Amino acid sequence: GKNEYDLLVIGGGSGGLACAKEAAQFGRKVAILDYVEPSPQGTKWGLGGTCVNVGCIPKKLMHQAALLGSALKDAQHYGWNIAQPVHHTWSVMAQAVQNYVKSLNWGHRVQLQDKKVKYFNMKGSFSDPHTIRGLTKAGKETIVTAENIVIATGGRPKYPTHIAGALEYGITSDDLFWLKESPGKTLVWDVSLECAGFLTGVGLDTTVMMRSIPLRGFDQNKQFFSPTQQQMASLVTEHMESYGTKFLKRCFPIKVEKLESNRLRVTWKNTDLGTEEADSFNTVMWAVGRAPDTETLNLEAVGVKTNSETGKIIVDASEATSVPHIYAVGDITEGRPELTPTAIAAGKLLARRLFGHSSEMMDYDNVPTTVFTPLEYGCVGLSEEAAVQCYGSDNIEVYHAYYKPLEFTVAERDATQCYMKMVCLRESEQRILGLHFIGPNAGEVIQGFALGIKCGATYPQLMKTIGIHPTCAEEITKLHITKRSGLDATVTGC
Amino acid sequence: LICLQEAAKYEKKVMVLDFVTPTPLGNSWGLGGTCVNVGCIPKKLMHQAALLGQALQDSRKFGWQFTEEVEHNWMTMTESVQNYIGSLNWGYRVALREKKVTYENAYGEFVTPHTVKATNKKGVEKLYTAERFLIATGERPRYLGIPGDKEYCISSDDLFSLPYCPGKTLVVGASYVALECAGFLAGLGLDVTVMVRSILLRGFDQDMANKIGEYMEEHGIHFIREFVPIKVEQIEEGTPGRLKVIAKSTKENEIIEGEYNTVLLAIGRDACTRKIGLEKVGVKINEKTGKIPVNDEEQTNVPYIYAVGDILQDKLELTPVAIQAGRLLVQRLYAGATSKCDYVNVPTTVFTPLEYGACGYSEEAAVEKFGEENIEVYHSNFWPLEWTVPSRDNNKCYAKIICNIQDNERVIGFHVLGPNAGEVTQGFAAAIKCGLTKEQLDSTIGIHPVCAEV
Repeated sequence: GKNEYDLLVIGGGSGGLACAKEAAQFGRKVAILDYVEPSPQGTKWGLGGTCVNVGCIPKKLMHQAALLGSALKDAQHYGWNIAQPVHHTWSVMAQAVQNYVKSLNWGHRVQLQDKKVKYFNMKGSFSDPHTIRGLTKAGKETIVTAENIVIATGGRPKYPTHIAGALEYGITSDDLFWLKESPGKTLVWDVSLECAGFLTGVGLDTTVMMRSIPLRGFDQNKQFFSPTQQQMASLVTEHMESYGTKFLKRCFPIKVEKLESNRLRVTWKNTDLGTEEADSFNTVMWAVGRAPDTETLNLEAVGVKTNSETGKIIVDASEATSVPHIYAVGDITEGRPELTPTAIAAGKLLARRLFGHSSEMMDYDNVPTTVFTPLEYGCVGLSEEAAVQCYGSDNIEVYHAYYKPLEFTVAERDATQCYMKMVCLRESEQRILGLHFIGPNAGEVIQGFALGIKCGATYPQLMKTIGIHPTCAEEITKLHITKRSGLDATVTGC
Repeated sequence: LICLQEAAKYEKKVMVLDFVTPTPLGNSWGLGGTCVNVGCIPKKLMHQAALLGQALQDSRKFGWQFTEEVEHNWMTMTESVQNYIGSLNWGYRVALREKKVTYENAYGEFVTPHTVKATNKKGVEKLYTAERFLIATGERPRYLGIPGDKEYCISSDDLFSLPYCPGKTLVVGASYVALECAGFLAGLGLDVTVMVRSILLRGFDQDMANKIGEYMEEHGIHFIREFVPIKVEQIEEGTPGRLKVIAKSTKENEIIEGEYNTVLLAIGRDACTRKIGLEKVGVKINEKTGKIPVNDEEQTNVPYIYAVGDILQDKLELTPVAIQAGRLLVQRLYAGATSKCDYVNVPTTVFTPLEYGACGYSEEAAVEKFGEENIEVYHSNFWPLEWTVPSRDNNKCYAKIICNIQDNERVIGFHVLGPNAGEVTQGFAAAIKCGLTKEQLDSTIGIHPVCAEV
């Protein structure tokens, strides 16, 4: 045989692992390369990619730690006697989270072994369209050839290198989840609501500096968190403000210097006032977007085309690149959501098309997602603004409501930002175009409705669905006040 | 209440009579019915108190530090819950006033066609006539009919406002009321025993019911199976006192005794239809159950008399069902609408320590209706991410869907056992209403990381 492997996957993250394991199920000879270039601060991790090591998983666990902090406060109202003071120890949380992540790394290794996928802990680059040159940490080289190659190397956080001291003194999410000691007083630039949220929640002095508007940083994916998601974004940030996160709006950093005390001094420009200000922090975290990890792949050698602006790999509806037999899935691909579940689904379907005689393509429409801020935001489908742009404001109807979760009542928690809205077509059928929910357990709430939207759910069908009482989700089945009417949208009663 | 507010919108002259006959122990409450006062609302709040107790334990693993000894104060919780309920009672009074619905706190009974007698707390009687009537009197807890039951036992009607901690409690019954109450009482740190005559959660998917029971048992709740109490005696008076319960096996002749501070009866509920003069106006009821049969427009056999809620025969005893039926009824009567209440695929959730959400057929019902070879059951255990760090059970949460193979693998049953089951289930219920198939389920992307994506 010409090529050693039927399939070689470069990148052992959500997309890569799913693709490799699925292909192996068809009895194919599969290999996977995974390598983690240490961050500028020296942080590295094991098999599993961003999601497992420096993304979804540790993020959700630290978010949970923050939520538990609120639960401790609520508990007193519900009769639990907890002697004050209550405090949080970062290192206990960090170790527990890091141990769990390591167990997942291990689990993936075992799974690859079970499914007979050959694993190389090497950094891959192209020699020719069917040949990959792998390099170990020690510099040892191995050549691997394959009939089909899937690039799934994902992305890494960008550094604002134009800011003096950014690289030397700042950290990113790559480092945050692996810190052994508390980050202390932290500055985050630009908007990273989830991280700022849980840092605040575990009791740290946290400041978010933003150049312009919240959630703007995610606008690579026009469908998600684009600048047009203003209403939802401002509700989420309003909540965080009352939660204790500090916001420095319309500012941008100029330089970072290290002080004798080892603290960091950040100088920034306040564009509103036109002045320069400064303060010191223990930690400065950069959240200025992620860049696709294509630098060292040597794509030019084989002619895989990338988007000149974003650097991401251009693929068609079947995840094929510009070069036959070379494919790409996950965060590295242009125009796709940067989400684990879509990468996994795309990877699996690709394997089935290549080796399982399937012709099913990935459906990227109506992908639900959730932002795990202190008050969570879940959504599926079109934003209100996107719907208006697509259909015209006369042709859409927006139903909305402000509600109060039952559990907030006894806990005396503020529910001002608990809000939901449904965007529908106005014509007879009233098909639902988008659903947005801010509140506790937003992900759990939205998931089932995403299914409904996949089935073409209409407003009348939703109204026929009986609610489960008492929950937050039931309020969705009771939405009836339109934005157009201008009536008060606050839910009252039982 | 929903009916009234809706009818008043259409400029109809509307009146409501609401009256709470005190419990055997003298307990009573305000406007709002079972859900608000002695059902869904206080239940969920006390369940939340229990969940927060668990959260406290979890939080230590996530780095939170506080004293080892954490105790729960029943009075603090109960006061907060009752205050909230009071605000709801008040809110309803205000809403009725704003919508110009006449409200009387009086016991209503039919005396002649189109006429009702209203008797208030002081015994003062008034007569009212109306073009149409709506009966929505709901139910009250059933008693065992054994010596000592009404004197010494409490029911859910008393539990949520009990002015002292119930202490070591025996819960009699295996209904969702019994299991939910037993669940949160144990979660608050009390010694709880559940006495079950035969099976758990009759009418629910038994596979799920058994998992719920198993979980509760593994978490410290004692179960005494196949026994019924035959006598309750008072050993000592007090708040709480001490009670002796004598019980007999349903299988052999075995008799057992036990001592408890509180005995909570949760063996079922009876419709409040026997003493409201229905015979005087000819409304037929099911003599055995007391429930009222209605047609699909909630009309009784007497054309001008309607009924909604828990008292209906063969309908689900759920607040949202009652609300939906009531609202649509009024819209049909006064706004020319034609929509009828859709009682199919009504989702529900049992708020036990491990919550259970369901919509559609149980596995047994599906097998019976479609035949085992025509249904496919897909299932999975799952481990909520939030349970990993505190090392909580890694194989207890469970989800299953039941599909009809002959109908495009349409999803006809959905069952989930895990945290926030209600929030998870609601959306799936909407999808099932839209005719969800397995293929559509498979092609929907999950939100990561949440329980619902399983």
